[in-house]
Amino acid sequence: MTRHEAKGATQYTPYHPRWYRTRVSTYWWLWKWYYLKFVLRELSSIFVAYFVVITLLQIHSLGRGPDAYVRFEERMRNPLMIALNAISFLFVLFHTITWFNLAPRAMVAHLGGKRVPDALIACSNYVAWLAISAVVAWFILR
Amino acid sequence: MAETIQLEVTRYSPEHDAAPALQRFEVPYRKDWVVLDALNYIKDKLDGSLSYRWSCRMGICGSCGMMVNGEPKLTCATFLSHYAPGAVRVEPLRYFPVVRDLVIEMTDFMVKLQKVKPWIIRKDEKSIADGEYRQTPQQLDVYKQFSMCINCMLCYAACPVYGLDPLFTGPAAIALAQRYNMDSRDEGARERMDILSQHEGIWACTFVGECTKACPKNVDPAGAIQQYKLTAAKEWFKSLLVPWGAK
Repeated sequence: MTRHEAKGATQYTPYHPRWYRTRVSTYWWLWKWYYLKFVLRELSSIFVAYFVVITLLQIHSLGRGPDAYVRFEERMRNPLMIALNAISFLFVLFHTITWFNLAPRAMVAHLGGKRVPDALIACSNYVAWLAISAVVAWFILR
Repeated sequence: MAETIQLEVTRYSPEHDAAPALQRFEVPYRKDWVVLDALNYIKDKLDGSLSYRWSCRMGICGSCGMMVNGEPKLTCATFLSHYAPGAVRVEPLRYFPVVRDLVIEMTDFMVKLQKVKPWIIRKDEKSIADGEYRQTPQQLDVYKQFSMCINCMLCYAACPVYGLDPLFTGPAAIALAQRYNMDSRDEGARERMDILSQHEGIWACTFVGECTKACPKNVDPAGAIQQYKLTAAKEWFKSLLVPWGAK
Protein backbone atom coordinates (compact mmCIF):
# COMPACT_ATOMS: atom_id res chain seq x y z
CA MET A 1 0.00 0.00 0.00
CA THR A 2 1.46 3.36 -0.99
CA ARG A 3 1.41 6.42 1.22
CA HIS A 4 -1.32 7.93 -0.97
CA GLU A 5 -3.60 4.92 -0.64
CA ALA A 6 -3.01 4.81 3.11
CA LYS A 7 -4.14 8.43 3.40
CA GLY A 8 -7.38 7.68 1.60
CA ALA A 9 -6.67 9.53 -1.65
CA THR A 10 -8.47 8.52 -4.83
CA GLN A 11 -8.44 4.74 -5.10
CA TYR A 12 -7.77 2.84 -8.27
CA THR A 13 -8.80 -0.71 -9.08
CA PRO A 14 -6.12 -3.44 -9.12
CA TYR A 15 -6.89 -4.04 -12.82
CA HIS A 16 -5.11 -0.87 -13.88
CA PRO A 17 -1.62 -1.03 -15.35
CA ARG A 18 1.24 -0.01 -13.11
CA TRP A 19 1.36 3.72 -12.82
CA TYR A 20 4.53 5.43 -11.87
CA ARG A 21 4.38 7.88 -9.00
CA THR A 22 7.35 10.07 -8.17
CA ARG A 23 8.03 10.79 -4.53
CA VAL A 24 8.30 14.41 -3.47
CA SER A 25 11.79 15.08 -2.20
CA THR A 26 12.15 16.31 1.39
CA TYR A 27 14.19 19.15 -0.11
CA TRP A 28 11.50 20.34 -2.53
CA TRP A 29 11.79 23.83 -1.07
CA LEU A 30 15.32 24.12 -2.44
CA TRP A 31 14.14 23.52 -6.04
CA LYS A 32 13.64 27.19 -6.71
CA TRP A 33 14.14 30.52 -5.02
CA TYR A 34 10.43 31.19 -4.85
CA TYR A 35 9.81 28.03 -2.80
CA LEU A 36 12.66 28.94 -0.46
CA LYS A 37 11.21 32.42 -0.07
CA PHE A 38 7.87 30.86 0.82
CA VAL A 39 9.45 28.60 3.47
CA LEU A 40 11.35 31.56 4.94
CA ARG A 41 8.11 33.53 5.06
CA GLU A 42 6.45 30.69 6.96
CA LEU A 43 9.43 30.40 9.33
CA SER A 44 9.36 34.14 10.00
CA SER A 45 6.23 33.68 12.12
CA ILE A 46 8.43 32.05 14.78
CA PHE A 47 10.35 35.33 15.06
CA VAL A 48 7.12 37.31 15.18
CA ALA A 49 6.04 35.12 18.13
CA TYR A 50 9.46 35.64 19.72
CA PHE A 51 9.03 39.43 19.55
CA VAL A 52 5.62 39.12 21.16
CA VAL A 53 7.17 37.17 24.05
CA ILE A 54 9.98 39.74 24.44
CA THR A 55 7.44 42.58 24.48
CA LEU A 56 5.35 40.78 27.11
CA LEU A 57 8.47 40.24 29.25
CA GLN A 58 9.32 43.93 28.87
CA ILE A 59 5.85 44.99 30.01
CA HIS A 60 6.03 42.50 32.88
CA SER A 61 9.36 43.92 34.14
CA LEU A 62 8.02 47.46 33.69
CA GLY A 63 5.14 46.53 36.00
CA ARG A 64 7.52 45.25 38.64
CA GLY A 65 9.23 48.62 39.07
CA PRO A 66 12.35 50.53 37.92
CA ASP A 67 14.88 48.01 39.32
CA ALA A 68 13.33 45.12 37.42
CA TYR A 69 13.28 47.19 34.24
CA VAL A 70 16.98 48.07 34.57
CA ARG A 71 17.72 44.35 34.97
CA PHE A 72 15.67 43.62 31.84
CA GLU A 73 17.58 46.26 29.87
CA GLU A 74 20.89 44.82 31.05
CA ARG A 75 19.87 41.37 29.92
CA MET A 76 18.96 42.78 26.51
CA ARG A 77 22.42 44.42 26.20
CA ASN A 78 24.01 40.97 26.03
CA PRO A 79 25.68 40.67 22.58
CA LEU A 80 23.94 37.34 22.03
CA MET A 81 20.55 38.96 22.64
CA ILE A 82 21.42 41.86 20.35
CA ALA A 83 22.42 39.43 17.58
CA LEU A 84 19.24 37.38 18.07
CA ASN A 85 17.09 40.50 18.08
CA ALA A 86 18.78 41.84 14.93
CA ILE A 87 18.10 38.57 13.08
CA SER A 88 14.54 38.51 14.41
CA PHE A 89 14.01 42.07 13.27
CA LEU A 90 15.08 41.18 9.72
CA PHE A 91 12.69 38.22 9.70
CA VAL A 92 9.85 40.35 11.06
CA LEU A 93 10.50 42.93 8.33
CA PHE A 94 10.48 40.14 5.73
CA HIS A 95 7.26 38.77 7.23
CA THR A 96 5.55 42.17 7.17
CA ILE A 97 6.60 43.13 3.66
CA THR A 98 5.77 39.77 2.06
CA TRP A 99 2.36 39.63 3.72
CA PHE A 100 1.49 43.23 2.92
CA ASN A 101 2.34 42.56 -0.71
CA LEU A 102 0.08 39.50 -0.68
CA ALA A 103 -2.82 41.27 1.06
CA PRO A 104 -4.49 42.54 -2.16
CA ARG A 105 -4.90 38.95 -3.35
CA ALA A 106 -7.07 38.04 -0.38
CA MET A 107 -8.88 41.37 -0.02
CA VAL A 108 -11.14 42.36 -2.83
CA ALA A 109 -12.67 45.75 -2.12
CA HIS A 110 -15.07 47.61 -4.37
CA LEU A 111 -15.50 51.36 -4.44
CA GLY A 112 -18.21 52.90 -6.58
CA GLY A 113 -18.72 49.65 -8.49
CA LYS A 114 -15.02 49.34 -9.38
CA ARG A 115 -12.44 47.04 -7.90
CA VAL A 116 -9.90 48.91 -5.78
CA PRO A 117 -6.46 48.52 -7.44
CA ASP A 118 -4.07 46.08 -5.77
CA ALA A 119 -1.39 48.73 -5.28
CA LEU A 120 -3.80 50.90 -3.27
CA ILE A 121 -4.68 48.04 -0.87
CA ALA A 122 -1.00 47.18 -0.32
CA CYS A 123 -0.20 50.88 0.04
CA SER A 124 -2.88 51.43 2.71
CA ASN A 125 -1.27 48.64 4.76
CA TYR A 126 2.12 50.33 4.53
CA VAL A 127 0.66 53.70 5.48
CA ALA A 128 -1.05 52.19 8.53
CA TRP A 129 2.21 50.46 9.45
CA LEU A 130 4.17 53.74 9.22
CA ALA A 131 1.53 55.64 11.22
CA ILE A 132 1.47 53.07 14.04
CA SER A 133 5.29 52.88 14.06
CA ALA A 134 5.45 56.67 14.34
CA VAL A 135 3.09 56.64 17.34
CA VAL A 136 5.13 53.90 19.05
CA ALA A 137 8.39 55.77 18.30
CA TRP A 138 6.91 58.96 19.75
CA PHE A 139 6.07 57.14 23.01
CA ILE A 140 9.51 55.56 23.31
CA LEU A 141 11.73 58.40 22.14
CA ARG A 142 10.05 61.49 23.61
CA MET B 1 22.03 22.20 -42.90
CA ALA B 2 18.89 23.23 -41.09
CA GLU B 3 19.12 24.26 -37.45
CA THR B 4 18.04 21.67 -34.89
CA ILE B 5 17.22 21.60 -31.19
CA GLN B 6 17.53 18.79 -28.64
CA LEU B 7 14.45 17.52 -26.84
CA GLU B 8 14.71 15.33 -23.75
CA VAL B 9 11.42 13.52 -23.37
CA THR B 10 10.29 11.26 -20.54
CA ARG B 11 9.64 7.72 -21.70
CA TYR B 12 7.85 5.20 -19.53
CA SER B 13 6.33 1.93 -20.57
CA PRO B 14 4.51 0.31 -17.65
CA GLU B 15 4.99 -3.12 -19.26
CA HIS B 16 8.77 -2.86 -19.62
CA ASP B 17 10.20 -0.10 -17.41
CA ALA B 18 10.58 0.02 -13.66
CA ALA B 19 10.91 3.81 -13.77
CA PRO B 20 10.68 6.59 -16.37
CA ALA B 21 13.84 7.67 -18.21
CA LEU B 22 14.67 10.59 -20.51
CA GLN B 23 15.15 9.96 -24.23
CA ARG B 24 16.92 12.46 -26.45
CA PHE B 25 15.54 13.52 -29.82
CA GLU B 26 16.86 16.00 -32.32
CA VAL B 27 14.14 17.98 -34.05
CA PRO B 28 14.24 20.87 -36.52
CA TYR B 29 14.36 24.23 -34.80
CA ARG B 30 11.81 26.66 -36.14
CA LYS B 31 11.00 29.98 -34.54
CA ASP B 32 7.25 29.50 -34.91
CA TRP B 33 7.25 26.03 -33.35
CA VAL B 34 5.90 25.35 -29.91
CA VAL B 35 6.97 22.36 -27.79
CA LEU B 36 3.86 20.49 -28.94
CA ASP B 37 4.94 20.91 -32.59
CA ALA B 38 8.26 19.30 -31.69
CA LEU B 39 6.46 16.39 -29.97
CA ASN B 40 4.24 15.94 -33.03
CA TYR B 41 7.36 15.91 -35.21
CA ILE B 42 8.85 13.14 -33.04
CA LYS B 43 5.65 11.12 -33.23
CA ASP B 44 5.30 11.56 -37.00
CA LYS B 45 8.93 11.18 -38.06
CA LEU B 46 11.11 9.70 -35.34
CA ASP B 47 9.20 7.45 -32.95
CA GLY B 48 5.51 6.73 -33.37
CA SER B 49 5.27 5.09 -29.97
CA LEU B 50 5.58 8.37 -28.05
CA SER B 51 2.39 8.97 -26.04
CA TYR B 52 1.05 12.35 -24.94
CA ARG B 53 -2.25 14.19 -24.80
CA TRP B 54 -3.20 17.12 -26.97
CA SER B 55 -6.19 18.39 -28.84
CA CYS B 56 -6.90 22.01 -29.74
CA ARG B 57 -3.30 23.39 -29.90
CA MET B 58 -4.64 26.85 -29.06
CA GLY B 59 -4.78 27.03 -25.27
CA ILE B 60 -8.44 26.17 -24.83
CA CYS B 61 -8.78 22.41 -24.32
CA GLY B 62 -6.30 22.12 -21.44
CA SER B 63 -4.99 18.72 -22.58
CA CYS B 64 -1.34 19.36 -23.37
CA GLY B 65 -0.07 20.43 -19.94
CA MET B 66 3.43 19.07 -19.23
CA MET B 67 6.56 20.02 -17.36
CA VAL B 68 8.86 21.98 -19.68
CA ASN B 69 12.30 22.44 -18.16
CA GLY B 70 10.76 21.84 -14.74
CA GLU B 71 7.90 24.34 -15.07
CA PRO B 72 4.26 23.37 -15.67
CA LYS B 73 3.32 24.69 -19.14
CA LEU B 74 0.77 24.25 -21.88
CA THR B 75 3.04 22.81 -24.56
CA CYS B 76 0.90 24.41 -27.27
CA ALA B 77 1.71 27.86 -25.91
CA THR B 78 5.39 27.36 -25.07
CA PHE B 79 7.78 28.27 -27.88
CA LEU B 80 11.01 26.41 -28.57
CA SER B 81 12.64 29.79 -29.22
CA HIS B 82 12.21 30.55 -25.52
CA TYR B 83 14.71 27.78 -24.68
CA ALA B 84 16.95 27.65 -27.78
CA PRO B 85 19.74 26.82 -28.27
CA GLY B 86 19.69 24.74 -25.05
CA ALA B 87 17.93 21.40 -24.80
CA VAL B 88 14.26 21.34 -23.84
CA ARG B 89 13.25 18.80 -21.20
CA VAL B 90 9.64 17.61 -21.45
CA GLU B 91 8.23 15.58 -18.57
CA PRO B 92 4.74 14.54 -17.49
CA LEU B 93 2.84 16.88 -15.14
CA ARG B 94 4.35 16.68 -11.67
CA TYR B 95 2.55 15.02 -8.70
CA PHE B 96 0.24 12.92 -10.91
CA PRO B 97 0.74 9.19 -11.52
CA VAL B 98 2.26 8.51 -14.94
CA VAL B 99 0.34 6.11 -17.17
CA ARG B 100 2.78 6.09 -20.09
CA ASP B 101 5.44 8.50 -21.39
CA LEU B 102 3.89 11.97 -20.93
CA VAL B 103 0.36 10.82 -20.12
CA ILE B 104 -0.79 11.32 -16.54
CA GLU B 105 -3.72 9.87 -14.60
CA MET B 106 -6.18 12.62 -13.70
CA THR B 107 -8.97 10.80 -11.87
CA ASP B 108 -7.93 12.42 -8.59
CA PHE B 109 -8.59 15.90 -10.01
CA MET B 110 -11.88 14.84 -11.60
CA VAL B 111 -13.13 13.40 -8.28
CA LYS B 112 -12.17 16.57 -6.42
CA LEU B 113 -13.70 18.83 -9.04
CA GLN B 114 -17.04 17.04 -8.74
CA LYS B 115 -16.89 17.14 -4.95
CA VAL B 116 -17.02 20.96 -4.83
CA LYS B 117 -20.25 21.03 -6.90
CA PRO B 118 -19.12 23.34 -9.70
CA TRP B 119 -22.56 24.03 -11.11
CA ILE B 120 -25.40 26.43 -10.32
CA ILE B 121 -27.39 25.27 -7.31
CA ARG B 122 -30.87 26.72 -6.79
CA LYS B 123 -33.16 26.30 -3.81
CA ASP B 124 -36.13 26.51 -6.17
CA GLU B 125 -35.53 25.80 -9.81
CA LYS B 126 -37.45 28.04 -12.18
CA SER B 127 -39.45 26.23 -14.80
CA ILE B 128 -38.28 26.62 -18.39
CA ALA B 129 -41.43 28.56 -19.16
CA ASP B 130 -40.41 31.17 -16.54
CA GLY B 131 -37.36 32.04 -18.61
CA GLU B 132 -33.68 32.33 -17.89
CA TYR B 133 -31.85 33.61 -14.81
CA ARG B 134 -30.83 37.15 -15.68
CA GLN B 135 -27.46 38.66 -14.85
CA THR B 136 -25.99 42.13 -15.36
CA PRO B 137 -22.50 42.65 -16.87
CA GLN B 138 -21.35 43.84 -13.42
CA GLN B 139 -22.57 40.59 -11.83
CA LEU B 140 -20.73 38.65 -14.52
CA ASP B 141 -17.51 40.58 -13.91
CA VAL B 142 -17.43 39.47 -10.27
CA TYR B 143 -16.68 35.83 -11.15
CA LYS B 144 -15.64 35.96 -14.81
CA GLN B 145 -11.92 35.64 -14.08
CA PHE B 146 -12.44 32.36 -12.19
CA SER B 147 -14.64 30.98 -14.96
CA MET B 148 -11.73 31.06 -17.42
CA CYS B 149 -10.27 27.83 -15.97
CA ILE B 150 -9.68 25.17 -18.64
CA ASN B 151 -8.95 22.30 -16.19
CA CYS B 152 -5.40 21.91 -17.48
CA MET B 153 -4.10 21.01 -14.00
CA LEU B 154 -0.94 23.10 -14.34
CA CYS B 155 -1.80 24.64 -10.98
CA TYR B 156 -1.76 21.19 -9.34
CA ALA B 157 1.67 20.50 -10.80
CA ALA B 158 2.84 23.87 -9.44
CA CYS B 159 1.48 23.33 -5.92
CA PRO B 160 3.90 21.78 -3.42
CA VAL B 161 1.02 21.40 -0.96
CA TYR B 162 -0.77 19.07 -3.38
CA GLY B 163 2.49 17.17 -3.87
CA LEU B 164 2.90 16.64 -0.15
CA ASP B 165 -0.75 16.16 0.78
CA PRO B 166 -2.66 14.36 -1.99
CA LEU B 167 -5.92 14.86 -0.09
CA PHE B 168 -5.77 18.63 -0.71
CA THR B 169 -8.71 19.68 -2.88
CA GLY B 170 -6.33 21.83 -4.89
CA PRO B 171 -6.25 25.22 -6.63
CA ALA B 172 -8.44 24.74 -9.71
CA ALA B 173 -11.27 22.94 -7.90
CA ILE B 174 -11.43 25.64 -5.20
CA ALA B 175 -11.25 28.46 -7.76
CA LEU B 176 -14.14 26.88 -9.64
CA ALA B 177 -16.13 26.50 -6.42
CA GLN B 178 -15.53 30.21 -5.83
CA ARG B 179 -16.62 30.93 -9.40
CA TYR B 180 -20.08 29.50 -8.57
CA ASN B 181 -20.18 31.02 -5.08
CA MET B 182 -19.78 34.46 -6.60
CA ASP B 183 -22.34 33.88 -9.32
CA SER B 184 -25.45 35.96 -8.60
CA ARG B 185 -27.66 33.11 -9.91
CA ASP B 186 -26.25 30.55 -7.47
CA GLU B 187 -27.59 29.66 -4.02
CA GLY B 188 -25.22 26.82 -3.13
CA ALA B 189 -22.52 28.72 -1.22
CA ARG B 190 -23.51 27.09 2.08
CA GLU B 191 -23.34 23.56 0.65
CA ARG B 192 -19.90 24.22 -0.83
CA MET B 193 -18.68 25.85 2.36
CA ASP B 194 -19.34 22.62 4.29
CA ILE B 195 -17.07 20.77 1.86
CA LEU B 196 -14.39 23.39 1.42
CA SER B 197 -13.97 24.60 4.98
CA GLN B 198 -12.63 21.18 5.95
CA HIS B 199 -8.92 20.81 6.52
CA GLU B 200 -8.27 19.30 3.07
CA GLY B 201 -10.15 22.23 1.54
CA ILE B 202 -9.07 25.84 1.79
CA TRP B 203 -7.18 25.50 5.06
CA ALA B 204 -4.59 23.13 3.63
CA CYS B 205 -3.43 25.95 1.35
CA THR B 206 -0.44 27.83 2.75
CA PHE B 207 -0.48 30.50 0.02
CA VAL B 208 2.68 29.52 -1.85
CA GLY B 209 1.17 31.37 -4.80
CA GLU B 210 2.75 29.22 -7.51
CA CYS B 211 -0.64 28.09 -8.85
CA THR B 212 -1.43 31.63 -9.94
CA LYS B 213 1.94 31.99 -11.67
CA ALA B 214 1.47 28.70 -13.53
CA CYS B 215 -2.09 29.45 -14.68
CA PRO B 216 -2.17 30.05 -18.46
CA LYS B 217 -5.59 31.74 -18.24
CA ASN B 218 -4.86 34.22 -15.41
CA VAL B 219 -7.47 32.65 -13.16
CA ASP B 220 -5.57 33.45 -9.92
CA PRO B 221 -6.54 30.34 -7.92
CA ALA B 222 -4.36 31.49 -5.01
CA GLY B 223 -6.43 34.68 -4.77
CA ALA B 224 -9.66 32.66 -4.94
CA ILE B 225 -8.55 30.45 -2.05
CA GLN B 226 -7.49 33.37 0.15
CA GLN B 227 -10.76 35.21 -0.54
CA TYR B 228 -12.60 32.03 0.33
CA LYS B 229 -10.66 31.77 3.61
CA LEU B 230 -11.75 35.31 4.46
CA THR B 231 -15.39 34.42 3.76
CA ALA B 232 -15.12 31.20 5.81
CA ALA B 233 -13.57 33.08 8.75
CA LYS B 234 -16.35 35.70 8.61
CA GLU B 235 -19.00 32.97 8.52
CA TRP B 236 -17.41 31.26 11.50
CA PHE B 237 -17.44 34.51 13.51
CA LYS B 238 -21.04 35.09 12.54
CA SER B 239 -22.02 31.60 13.72
CA LEU B 240 -20.17 32.28 16.96
CA LEU B 241 -21.96 35.58 17.59
CA VAL B 242 -25.36 34.47 16.31
CA PRO B 243 -25.45 30.71 16.92
CA TRP B 244 -29.20 30.61 16.32
CA GLY B 245 -28.70 32.16 12.86
CA ALA B 246 -29.63 30.32 9.69
CA LYS B 247 -27.48 27.26 9.04
